[in-house]
Amino acid sequence: MLSVSQLSVAYGAIKAVNGISFEIPRGAIVTLIGGNGAGKTTTLQTISGLIRPAAGTIRFDNEDITRLAPHAIVARGLCQVPEGRMVFTNLSVAENLALGSYLHRDPEQIARTLHHVFEIFPRLKERIKQTAGTLSGGEQQMLAIGRALMSRPRFLMLDEPSLGIAPRLVTTIFEKIVEINRDQGITILLVEQNAHLALEISSHAYVLETGQIVVAGASRDLRNDPRLKAAYLGG
Amino acid sequence: MSDLPQQLLNGLSLGAIYALIALGYTLVYGVLRFINFAHSEVFMVGAFVGCYIGRLAGAVTWWSGLTALAAAMLVCGVLGWIIEKIAYRPLRGAPVLNVLITAIGVSLFLQYGGQLVFGATPRTFPPLFPETRVSLGSLDISTNQLIVIVVTTVLLVALQLIVKHTRIGTAMRAVALNPKAAQLVGINTNTVFSFTFVLGSALAGAGGVLYAMNYPSIDPLMGVMPGLKAFVAAILGGIGSIPGAALGGLILGAAETLVGGSQFSTYKDAIAFGLLILILLARPSGLLGRATVEKV
Repeated sequence: MLSVSQLSVAYGAIKAVNGISFEIPRGAIVTLIGGNGAGKTTTLQTISGLIRPAAGTIRFDNEDITRLAPHAIVARGLCQVPEGRMVFTNLSVAENLALGSYLHRDPEQIARTLHHVFEIFPRLKERIKQTAGTLSGGEQQMLAIGRALMSRPRFLMLDEPSLGIAPRLVTTIFEKIVEINRDQGITILLVEQNAHLALEISSHAYVLETGQIVVAGASRDLRNDPRLKAAYLGG
Repeated sequence: MSDLPQQLLNGLSLGAIYALIALGYTLVYGVLRFINFAHSEVFMVGAFVGCYIGRLAGAVTWWSGLTALAAAMLVCGVLGWIIEKIAYRPLRGAPVLNVLITAIGVSLFLQYGGQLVFGATPRTFPPLFPETRVSLGSLDISTNQLIVIVVTTVLLVALQLIVKHTRIGTAMRAVALNPKAAQLVGINTNTVFSFTFVLGSALAGAGGVLYAMNYPSIDPLMGVMPGLKAFVAAILGGIGSIPGAALGGLILGAAETLVGGSQFSTYKDAIAFGLLILILLARPSGLLGRATVEKV
């Protein structure tokens, strides 16, 4: 469904991503793991069109989307939950969710999607009038995911959803990711530092190190891979 | 101070004009994070459009006045759209300093381009609306002053409705809060930037006509001083805040008129910049602005 080939991204003279290629089949959960500065966020932002790549192509549903503007990419059903959540802190939960459906104009359909988001995250319904900035980290993450779902994506990219969240809520969030994938058939690309959890819910994994893919394979196999154990799974 | 009510009324109508111009600065800053120094020249162009329409109309009726206002807003809106497209869009992602220098360049271009097109000699602004004066006790009210206040109020309310209750207004607020997140929900930032310029410039166009109605001598450099003062008003109210720009404009207009009517009248123009220094020292985020940390 998403195919990235020979993608390179540079910030001035510094190469952040260096000729990476990967494929994400329809309906899968695929994870991209790696430490700080490995190029994970850069990769996602480039796919979303926020950064222009130096080289390489990104294809979504067999269409070349490498040079498309971010809003055009969202319109094709490829949506991102960014690192640090980036909810609109001064706006209410309701307004944040409404902005998520910015590209949709049918009020009935929007109401149905909203109902669905509330089914997945009942907490958001309880907090509907609250300002997003006053939510806890975990709730903001739910809101960020909910906002992305409001655009009715077919493909969802999540950038470190476990970052800065209470451990108990991390488990909930990951369960919800699996649920969204299973019940709605949304393909998922999950970027994580928490390799344990990411490998548990994904079918395939790529390990990114200093802008290059160093290990790739089925998540099941990588859980016991000695190369990963030392670096990402805590021995 | 028996003429205090009169001074306050004069201050209110001057302040309303400052507020209209200040809104343009504040809108552009709120959404794009830079000061559009060419804004005062858009104001000047508005006055000239009003002047031409007034001359064309011949007879002074309410229709000629409203047509002049609408035409000035339309022409200035288009001008703002062109300025954004030609001068600022190619600089997207460039350092702020480059954008600011470009803004000064555009401003000078319009000032001296204006001298080329309109001529450098000041012109008399024709009467646009039928003017009568009403005496209320010691108060001498000109209908032109009332028109300024009414038109400003209507435009302010309209602006507030657009920003709060329309799709594009919501997009503007989202981009102002977090441009990256706005793009990730599918907002086309280029459309929002264009719209913001059109909106701000149209308000400046209306401001230009209203200003010239009350200070009826216009020339291509006329925008500089009111533009600078409106910029101070925007800072005073809190740059990026719409109610702040309105409040800042009113305070500045009132302060200036009061000083102008007192024995310290020679310091009339100094008051704006004195206020600017004071506010920057005491409350740099402005009266209604939020304190933010500038990210570098």
